[in-house]
Amino acid sequence: MYERLKAMLIKEFIQVLRDPRMRFVVFIIPAVQTIIFGYAVNTDVRHVATAIYDLDNSSQSRELADRFLQSGYFELTERVSDEARARELIDRGEVKALLRMNHGFGAGLIGGRGATVQLILDGTDSNTAGIVLNYAVRIANGYGSQLQLAAVQRAAGRSLPVHGVELASRAWYNENLESRNYFVPAVITNIVFIITMLLSSMAVVREKEIGTIEQVIVTPIGKGEFILGKTVPFVLIGFINVALVSLVAVFWFEVPLRGSLMLLFGSTAVFLMSSLGIGLLISTISRTQQQAMMSAFFVIFPAMLLSGFAFPIESMPEPVQWLTYLNPMRFFLVIIRSIFQKGVGLEILWPQLLALSIIGVVILTLAIARFKKNLS
Amino acid sequence: MPEPQPQAAATAPPLPPAVVLRELTRRFGDFTAVNRVSLEVTRGEIFGFLGPNGAGKSTTIRMLCGILPPTSGSGSVAGFDIASQSEQIKKQIGYMSQKFSLYEDLTVEENIDFYSGIYRIPGAKKRERKEWVIEMAGLADRRGARTATLSGGWKQRLALGCAILHEPPIVFLDEPTSGVDPVSRRSFWELIYRLAGAGVTIFVTTHYLEEAECCDRLGFIFGGELIALGSPAELKKGFPGEIVALECERPFEVLKRVEALPGVRQATLFGAGLHLTVDRAETLIPALREALPDLEVHLERIAPSLEDLFVSFMEARTG
Repeated sequence: MYERLKAMLIKEFIQVLRDPRMRFVVFIIPAVQTIIFGYAVNTDVRHVATAIYDLDNSSQSRELADRFLQSGYFELTERVSDEARARELIDRGEVKALLRMNHGFGAGLIGGRGATVQLILDGTDSNTAGIVLNYAVRIANGYGSQLQLAAVQRAAGRSLPVHGVELASRAWYNENLESRNYFVPAVITNIVFIITMLLSSMAVVREKEIGTIEQVIVTPIGKGEFILGKTVPFVLIGFINVALVSLVAVFWFEVPLRGSLMLLFGSTAVFLMSSLGIGLLISTISRTQQQAMMSAFFVIFPAMLLSGFAFPIESMPEPVQWLTYLNPMRFFLVIIRSIFQKGVGLEILWPQLLALSIIGVVILTLAIARFKKNLS
Repeated sequence: MPEPQPQAAATAPPLPPAVVLRELTRRFGDFTAVNRVSLEVTRGEIFGFLGPNGAGKSTTIRMLCGILPPTSGSGSVAGFDIASQSEQIKKQIGYMSQKFSLYEDLTVEENIDFYSGIYRIPGAKKRERKEWVIEMAGLADRRGARTATLSGGWKQRLALGCAILHEPPIVFLDEPTSGVDPVSRRSFWELIYRLAGAGVTIFVTTHYLEEAECCDRLGFIFGGELIALGSPAELKKGFPGEIVALECERPFEVLKRVEALPGVRQATLFGAGLHLTVDRAETLIPALREALPDLEVHLERIAPSLEDLFVSFMEARTG
C-alpha cells in the first residue's frame, strides 16, 4: 500500500509543480484573490454622492443640509437649481441621493407647523439605498427633536432637563464594523473550495483525456491507492491556500485572527473531504477536462450563493434556507469567521464541524463507490 | 500442433492456457464491437490478432486485460476469469496500449520509477530493471529527458519497458508499431522475439501483414467476428483456389478486362501488377494470353500470401 501510494504521490507532485500554470493557480491566485476581495468587497457605506436641491434657501434648510454633509455619510456633488438637472444626475449615476427642500421649509419650522424634506435615492442597489435611508432618517430626526426641544424651552422660558433614551451601542468582535474583517477571511472558503475541487477533478479527468489512465488501471494498483494518490496532493494544496489567504488577511489587511490555528487547519481538513469528494464525483461523470470544468461551475455558483458568503441566509425564503444545510461551504464559513473574529473554539463550533464531517463522509463515500477502475 | 513450449512449463505442473476466449462479446449501445469470439492461446506463443482498423482488436485486448467488462461470453487470462478476477490478471500481464500512455511531462527515469513503484518491484531489483529498460530502449543518453521530447520509436520501446518491468508471463501489445518507422519496427520485433524466447506469451494486434508473418499463430478478426484462425502456413494452405501474378503496364485498365474473364474469381491490384484468384492456374494462364493479345504481360503462378488470403476473406464478407 505504502509503496504504491508513494509512487503516486511523487508523480502527482512532479506534475503539479512542473506545470507553470499549475504553480500560478496554486500559489499566486489565492493571494491575488484575497487582495482583490479585500479592496473590492466593501459594504461600508460612506461618502455617498449627494445632490442638494434647496428651493427654500432659508437658514433652516441650509442647516439641515449641513448636518447631512457633516455626518460623513453624504458628500456634496452638486447643488442643483432645477428638477431636470437633478434627474439627470441620478440617471447618470453621478449622485446616489438627492436632498430636496421645498419653498416654505424654514417658514414651516418657524411657524411651528412642521416641514417636509424629501430624500430621493437611487434604488438600483437596494442594499446601499437601505443603509443610506437609515442614516438620513437618523439625521432628520436628530434635527427635528433638537428643534422641538428648543421650542419647548422657549415656551417655558427656562432650560428643561432632557428625559430621553440614549442608545449606547457597541459592536463586539468587530468594533469599527469593518466589512473587510467579515469578508476577507471568508475568501478562504471560496478559494479552498474552488481550487481543490476543480484541480482534483481535472487531475483525474486529464488522465482519462490523454489516455495515461489506461496504462495505470492495467496495473494491480488498488482503487484506494489511486484515489488517495490523486487527492492527498490537493489536501496539501488546500492547506497552502489557507495559509496564503490568512497571511494576506492578517499582515496586509490587518484582519484580526483571534482563534486557534490548529482549529483553522483541522476544520480545513474536514472541509476538504467535501470539496475533494465533489471533485472526484465530477471526475466520474466527465470524460474531458472541459466537461469537468463545466460541471464544477454548476456546483460552484449555487454553493457560493447559498453559503452566506455575500447574502445572509436568514433573509432567504425558508425552503431555500433548508437547502443551505446541504452546503458544506455554509458550515465552513461560520467556522472560519468565528475563528478569525470571535476567537471561539470547539466548544462553540462543534455542531458546524459535525455537520461538515457528515456531509464530507457521505460525499466521499459516494464518490469512492462510483469510481471504477475500468474504462466503461 | 508443434508449439514451442516455454522452459518453465517443462518442469512445473501444467499451467492453464495463457488466454482463453469463449463467445466473448462486447456491445456499445447498438454497435457490436466484438461478436462471439472464441480462441485459445497457449503459453509461450506469439499470437497475432489481425484485422483492419475498427475490427474489434483493441476492444478484445481491453476485455482481456480486465479494464473493459464484457457484455456476454467469458474469457480467462493465466487461468483467471476476466469478469470476476481482473485484479489477479493485472499481476500476470503487461499491457501496451495503442496510444502512447506514459506521462509526457515526466522524464524517462521518472516514468520508470513510477511504474516500478506501482508494480512494487523490490528495492534490490528496482535498479537492475531500470537499467535493463533504459538499455533495451536505447535511452542511456536521454534518461533525464521528458518523455514528450522522444521520437516515436523510443517512446514505443520505453512503453514496452514500463509494461514489462515486473516481468509478466503474458504480454498484450495493441498495435505496438503503428506510426513507427520501419527500422524501429524491426528492432521492436527483435525485442518481441527476445521475450518470446524467454518463455513469455505475446498477444499482439497489428494490421501489418509482414508482422503477421512473424507470429506463431494468427486470428483474423473482421467486423467484430473471428473469421480465420491458425498458423500462417496453415492459413495459406487453406486458401481457396490458386493465385496468378500478372505483370503489365497500366494494370488498372487491365483489371477491368480480366475481371470479366471466365475462371477469374477475383482480381486485385497488387504492387505494380495484379493478383488473380483463379480455380486452376494451369488452364487459365494460356487463356489469359489469348484474351490479352495486344499487351505484353508476364504471368506466373505464385503461392498465396497472407495479403491474398485476407483480401479474399474481406471480399467474401463484404460481398
